[in-house]
Amino acid sequence: MGMTQQAEPAVTTPPASGPGMERDGRTKQRPLALRLLARPEIGVFLGAVAVFVFFLVAAPPVRDGSSMANILYQSSTIGIMALPVALLMIGGEFDLSAGVAVITSALTASMTAYQLSMNVWVGVIVALVVSLAVGFFNGWLLVKTGLPSFLVTLGTFLILQGVNLAVTKLVTGNVATDDIQDMDGFDQAKAIFASSFDVGGVQVKITVVWWLVFAALATWVLIRTKYGNWIFAVGGNKESARAVGVPVTFTKISLFMLVGFGAWFVGMHQLFAFNTVQSGEGVGQELIYIAAAVIGGCLLTGGAGSAIGPVFGAFMFGMVQQGIVYAGWNPDWFKAFLGVMLLGATLINLWVSRTATRR
Amino acid sequence: MSRTFLPLPRRLVPAVAVAAAATLVLAGCSSSSGGKKAEDADSGVSAGKATTPRMTIAMVTHAPSGDTFWDTIRKGAEVAAAKDNVKLIYSNDETAADQANLVQNAIDQKVDGIAVTLAKPDALKDVVAKAVKAGIPVIGFNAGMSEWQKQGLLSFFGQDETISGEALGTKLDDTGAKHALCVVQVQGAVNLEQRCAGVEKGFKGKTDKLYVNGADMPSVKSTITAKLKQDSSIDQVVTLAAPVALTAAQSVDETGSKAKIATFDLNKELIAAIKDGTIEFAVDQQPYLQGYLAVDSLWLYKNNGNYMGGGEAPILTGPAFVDKSNVDAIGVFAAKGTR
Repeated sequence: MGMTQQAEPAVTTPPASGPGMERDGRTKQRPLALRLLARPEIGVFLGAVAVFVFFLVAAPPVRDGSSMANILYQSSTIGIMALPVALLMIGGEFDLSAGVAVITSALTASMTAYQLSMNVWVGVIVALVVSLAVGFFNGWLLVKTGLPSFLVTLGTFLILQGVNLAVTKLVTGNVATDDIQDMDGFDQAKAIFASSFDVGGVQVKITVVWWLVFAALATWVLIRTKYGNWIFAVGGNKESARAVGVPVTFTKISLFMLVGFGAWFVGMHQLFAFNTVQSGEGVGQELIYIAAAVIGGCLLTGGAGSAIGPVFGAFMFGMVQQGIVYAGWNPDWFKAFLGVMLLGATLINLWVSRTATRR
Repeated sequence: MSRTFLPLPRRLVPAVAVAAAATLVLAGCSSSSGGKKAEDADSGVSAGKATTPRMTIAMVTHAPSGDTFWDTIRKGAEVAAAKDNVKLIYSNDETAADQANLVQNAIDQKVDGIAVTLAKPDALKDVVAKAVKAGIPVIGFNAGMSEWQKQGLLSFFGQDETISGEALGTKLDDTGAKHALCVVQVQGAVNLEQRCAGVEKGFKGKTDKLYVNGADMPSVKSTITAKLKQDSSIDQVVTLAAPVALTAAQSVDETGSKAKIATFDLNKELIAAIKDGTIEFAVDQQPYLQGYLAVDSLWLYKNNGNYMGGGEAPILTGPAFVDKSNVDAIGVFAAKGTR
């Protein structure tokens, strides 16, 4: 069992794009189409296309460019976090604190800048340090104690939720941060984290660009670098990975810190897009990130997945969430629609990959 | 013990040095505008302190943690407690069963009075009866307008959600709106549904409902944007919380929609938005007053046997409208987070 999981990294390196078993000479090379379909991100790609076409037909406003920009914006705020969460899952771990960590970061930046009357960039840097530290703490505790990440990050999830509220209240006297719109550096930071630009008359949010840049970067890391191989290795089988010289501790901790980085980035977006942050926000988002990664073909057990899959996973989520509104369906059923569509899409995903890998 | 603690400060020395150096560096990065320095160092309301014997009051609400509205209620309660020489025990839980446990907890602590919100009255019925039986005076506030009397509560402070929704709906008719969108940030919350139902009842035009995920602002923004796009006849957005209203303003701005925005409840950013005209008006139910009166009236009952409303009528704290005409007067207090 351990050996087959070990073989996973090889599956995702481009030259060997089929299940490892066909290399033993007893079977001939399968057709390209089937080999493509077997890749983890193809199922979700087809699922996303299906959902997209469905809403294109069912909801006329979706056909408009600005609606597409809105859907992509919603997808990007999920997607930017889904990327590091997916890498972490490939590395065999969970992070339940990812949702509230976003708010922790935004609160830190806002309060540091405001309370000390500093340039907002000071807050942004401090928030980055705090976010990376939270990620480091998660990873370090996991490695040191050997506890399951579900438990460790459930702990940090609760801690951060309490700290977000208590510290905000302690520092500002309120449960939301003060408006930092008029402070030095705000416009610069907004330009980077929360601006929009014009594409043929349509306002596109900059988060969409960042999302795609990060996805490309993550894909490159996963399939072209040693670090990428380490991620697959520690997620497949930690002990064998260690035995062949993969720095398991470093890989796990750095993956958690990557999630911290993602939380920082999305947190900064929220802060500079909305000027203030309520300390109770973010709860429940972690499941959406994990869902996007799982829909995107990342195994809950680790060792397999891609960075492109979660991009489509997040897109599917954003598409369904906004598509229901564009279609003007009865809002009482909103959550139920969302659940059914996601299950449906995931089943298509599963069916496609099963059909494709059947021999 | 001291041996294990001694080395610690020595290890902290480099950290302290780094922190100090960082502070010096940061001092060069001060913001010339906004920030804490620009904020008024005004303290809250203070009215001295009563000389009556120390008493303990438990306030048990169904509030979600970290919500600006509920924080204002708590501030009102804390100020009244400080003034009345009251030890205030504040607790909250959104789940009805857990809120009932918190009330039981207060009974077990033998408090001198309980202030409770009856958002889900049936779930709290038994435990409230227990408190009344134990001789603890109980006062209702914020939610439970239709139930407080039946459950034997002394008084009730709050606004009727349906009536305030109706008032808002009627006011929309005056502004000439034809098609309103009621944005609900928590699906299935009784009081929020009542507000929307009230708006629908009072408003002559058409009212649609939209559910958004209040825990995620980007999602709130894109969902409202999507709805405005889907139905361009919407000329009025009604939100049920101040932060959602401010986000809705961004959506309206982005879609180029002509829709105006009205909202329930206030915070200081919202005051600024009313001043500059981004938000048309807000319905204020005076949460500070609800918290303040709940504690103050329990104190008065203990010390002089008085109770407001005579056990017959609820005390209404709203709806009051805040618009351009009176925003300046109220803004002073809202800026401190007390209104």
